[in-house]
Amino acid sequence: MLQIGPYTFHSRLLLGTGKFPNIDIQKEAVEASGAQILTFAVRRMNIFAPDQPNFLEKIDVTKYKLLPNTAGAKTAEEAVRIARLAKASGLCDMVKVEVIGCDQTLLPDPVETLKATEMLLEEGFIVLPYTSDDVVLAKRLQQLGCHAIMPGASPIGSGQGIINPLNIQFIIEQATVPVIIDAGIGGPADAALAMELGADGVLLNTAVASAKDPVKMAKAMKLAIEAGRLGYEAGRIPKKRYAIASSPIEGMSVVS
Amino acid sequence: MYCIINGETIHLPAHVRTVAQLLHHFHIHKKIAIVEINMHIVPKEDYEHTAIADGDRIEIVHFVGGG
Repeated sequence: MLQIGPYTFHSRLLLGTGKFPNIDIQKEAVEASGAQILTFAVRRMNIFAPDQPNFLEKIDVTKYKLLPNTAGAKTAEEAVRIARLAKASGLCDMVKVEVIGCDQTLLPDPVETLKATEMLLEEGFIVLPYTSDDVVLAKRLQQLGCHAIMPGASPIGSGQGIINPLNIQFIIEQATVPVIIDAGIGGPADAALAMELGADGVLLNTAVASAKDPVKMAKAMKLAIEAGRLGYEAGRIPKKRYAIASSPIEGMSVVS
Repeated sequence: MYCIINGETIHLPAHVRTVAQLLHHFHIHKKIAIVEINMHIVPKEDYEHTAIADGDRIEIVHFVGGG
């Protein structure tokens, strides 16, 4: 079970809701993923097109925990403003702090992320900051009392998978709150690896939404995350340099 | 009256005086939307009696797909 603040989830997959080809495929993919936490962004409404379909209005929002992000914010103050707007919907009290510090890499601004996390915790939010894979920053965020740490595997939407498994392991080893690998996952193997390293969950979006078959990929991710978690709990064997026979040595005389 | 809604200067007819009327005017009263006037969020329960004034900067936001 994944425990974030006061909430418990049996699914360890957090699914983003951007970039899906259409709402029907999206609904099916969400269903297939088994995700219980869905992320959203907060944006200006087109008030002159009130009939534009909105995914949130097509699903049973009571079945999911909504995790709005603060995407678009470049400062802590902007992130807090977006988080307050999201909370005012009355639909959520969790927030993914996302303060981008570099337009090309979309990597988070560590200073503003820390500041925003502190401010939002003071206001009573359940705070999940998206961070780089920096163990010291993860520690600082934990000390503030955030409810989960969400280090990126690689740049957002890049599909490069976990480019620094060592750093991710450092973060996991010292963590006192759940670690959710967020951003950069490309395929099921990446998600499984994240879980095998000991992550508590994986947040992904593009890998499913932009797959050739998003519904099938959603299911693949679900299974990969479950398999990775089981593998972690089962305890993998250590790597050895040379072969160790699986068949017994005794009774070899039949062939010699 | 004129208000700046989502960054655009928009003329509003005289009968639109509250947030509730504003949302009705744009047919978005049944949508999941959050309203902010001059940087202050308007709680849903206050829509009926929160007045809008000429020159107000109004943000009407909602949830869209995102990661």
